[in-house]
Amino acid sequence: MIYWELFISFFKVGLFTIGGGYAMLPLIQQEIEAYQWITTQEFIDILAIAEMTPGPVAVNTATFVGYKSAGVLGSLLATTAVALPSLIIILLLARFLEKYQEHPIMKAVFSGIRPAVAGLIGAAAIFIIRNTLFVVNGGTSLGLPDLRAVLIAIAVFIAVRYYKVDPIKVIIASAVVGLIIF
Amino acid sequence: MNFRFLLELFVTWFKLGLFTFGGGFAMLPLIEKEVVEKGWATRDEILDIMAISQSVPGAIAINTAIYLGKRMAGFVGAIVAAIGVISPSVLVILAIAVYFVQFQENLYIMKAFSGIRAAIAGLITATAIRVASVNFHSKIAMTIIIGSLALNLFTSVHAAWIILLGAFVGYVVYHYLPNYK
Repeated sequence: MIYWELFISFFKVGLFTIGGGYAMLPLIQQEIEAYQWITTQEFIDILAIAEMTPGPVAVNTATFVGYKSAGVLGSLLATTAVALPSLIIILLLARFLEKYQEHPIMKAVFSGIRPAVAGLIGAAAIFIIRNTLFVVNGGTSLGLPDLRAVLIAIAVFIAVRYYKVDPIKVIIASAVVGLIIF
Repeated sequence: MNFRFLLELFVTWFKLGLFTFGGGFAMLPLIEKEVVEKGWATRDEILDIMAISQSVPGAIAINTAIYLGKRMAGFVGAIVAAIGVISPSVLVILAIAVYFVQFQENLYIMKAFSGIRAAIAGLITATAIRVASVNFHSKIAMTIIIGSLALNLFTSVHAAWIILLGAFVGYVVYHYLPNYK
């Protein structure tokens, strides 16, 4: 029963990958190879599409694989399955955290977590700058910066940091500018 | 249950789902704008929620939506926020799968996407600098920031472990240096 297989597979993907995003891909690939729902070429296509479309990679992939193997119902089922573990885990966790959020140990723990997250965001920024503003040669060495991309990034940085422009408007404007200058 | 509020919750998360490219922390500037300005959570709370979302199974955007939705409007709120943040991806991917499989080779889409990618770089940099400067308040905090940045950038240690390490340091400081600020 393909619906059941889709559901179980994507439930597993949602349950066993921590950190979201590309961390989920090896498990997704494993499930796809086990059931042959889509071809290897389709899998490569969906990775490129997932990167260029909004939303979590897990949802994009689940929707695509579900549709290709079992139509619209399959896509909805796979997507629900990948989100369901989150719902269960986060609701249980939220209950616990709300109960103890004023506890001194909880406050101490989060006073250490916040700077750790600040560091992770810094790392994410460096990673994204490296991969979007520089032409990367063969995936390893850094090439010359793409001046058009650098200009957009600097303009966006100034707009949100100093003029508090709405990030959504900035993204729309950058898409339009991209259409013109690239 | 207030229907209008649930609708607002849905629309907010739909917008966040529609304009989040790259996932994970790249959505933080948008969440801050939408959620903090509405008074649904403080900036510190959003960081805490994203730390939790990063450290448990599931997609970070979905985890964050469920947590905030639950806080705003209980179980129904969690479901509404989750459906809201997922819907744009489902609609876009279905449209591509049905009509437009050569999507990623389309010249105009590539150009617009190059602009969006550059914008995300500027957005996350502004957010990273702001969050780091807010948390740069003690030598221990500074050490955690630089340490976790370096661990994430130069080693393959999973982000969840780095967050747990920060939690451990927070606890140790509380336990052994109770007067440290």
